[in-house]
Amino acid sequence: MNDHHHHHDDHHHHHDNRYSDMEARVRALETVLTEKGLVDPAAINAIVETYETKVGPRNGAQVVAKAWTDPVYAEWLQRDATAAIASLGFTGRQGEHMRAVFNTNETHNLVVCTLCSCYPWSVLGLPPVWYKAPAYRSRAVIDPRGVLDEFGVVLPQDTKIRVWDSTAELRYLVVPQRPSGTEGMSEADLADLVTRDSMIGTGLALAPEAAR
Amino acid sequence: MNGPHDLGGQMGFGPVAPERDEPYFHADWEKRALGLTLSCGAFGAWNIDESRHARENIPPASYLSASYYEIWIRALEVLLERHGFAGADEIEAGRMLHAPAAPKRVLTADMVAGVLARGGPCDRSVETEPKFAVSDRVRTKNFHPATHTRLPRYARAKAGVVEAVQGSFVFADDNAHGRGENPQWVYTVVFDAGEIWGEGADPTLTVSIDAWESYLERM
Repeated sequence: MNDHHHHHDDHHHHHDNRYSDMEARVRALETVLTEKGLVDPAAINAIVETYETKVGPRNGAQVVAKAWTDPVYAEWLQRDATAAIASLGFTGRQGEHMRAVFNTNETHNLVVCTLCSCYPWSVLGLPPVWYKAPAYRSRAVIDPRGVLDEFGVVLPQDTKIRVWDSTAELRYLVVPQRPSGTEGMSEADLADLVTRDSMIGTGLALAPEAAR
Repeated sequence: MNGPHDLGGQMGFGPVAPERDEPYFHADWEKRALGLTLSCGAFGAWNIDESRHARENIPPASYLSASYYEIWIRALEVLLERHGFAGADEIEAGRMLHAPAAPKRVLTADMVAGVLARGGPCDRSVETEPKFAVSDRVRTKNFHPATHTRLPRYARAKAGVVEAVQGSFVFADDNAHGRGENPQWVYTVVFDAGEIWGEGADPTLTVSIDAWESYLERM
């Protein structure tokens, strides 16, 4: 995208010592809890594997692609997102109470959790670092256009921006607008256009040529 | 509480800095931190609201300089000590020094798929009818409890409109402190940016929160 990425690298160098401290601290914690019979290291492996291989933004992309191609499904998603998403097999932790919010020509939706890191895990997997960090959490509600600009998203001046602060147990999935030039594409090909960021609201769905 | 976690509208944190092709984890300890946090949650000794409150009680200087997995681990250590599962002395020593409290369950590998797929629904039925309806004008409470709340500072004492009645849910402010689930109706309340931020606010911006009924007064 653009040149802001190098800031993140600086951030990491700055935290190197802290990271190695955490390595020892977390290892000690796991050792103690395992010795006490409170934790099964194999269960930790299974949790990690779940979020590395099974539960991630491909789930949400399938939901969006289906909503783009099937008006009956889109209506169901709008009315009862939890059930409509569960019908594709995506349920569970941090997706128990889902709401889908649809971008239109008039309104762009953006999701944040200013108070912690609430995020729809069942459809997007684990949140990225920036979603949980103070810069995004502080600015999304006061300067969303500035935030979007850092993601390379520039909206028309008169587009309404609606920010959803996830302060309770509802979890929000943004349904981005279907890009033009995608008529006749299959649901599977359309899902490839649906990025994680487009389902948070910090991106738009990709144009077909950009996805190739 | 007015803790370091309540970040909406604060300034000075710099650019968002998204990372291209971000990996799921930036270090192996983050994987273990995720797994430990979920495994210990399965003990059934505390709820998600108590965990959130433990995180927001991390002193501001530490909270704001920590990565989110570090925040999780610091809070987990507090919860483990509070509920008698592991002490700071043991984490320091790297071995067991005291027998632990008995958890309601220990998460084993075979249970993981089922537990993650079930999650922890927190909708609960209530006897009362919702006090507010869609389109009602409401004002949020002005309060500054030293305890857990999910009404962010930027949205206190603000006038907004009920956009949706979302159902009834466990009341986080009570549940975090062992005062019971005491479910209430939850509403999506939308505010014009001008109401929240005043002069210079983006005229195209509206912001919504999900508010428990007791956060709201009729206008």
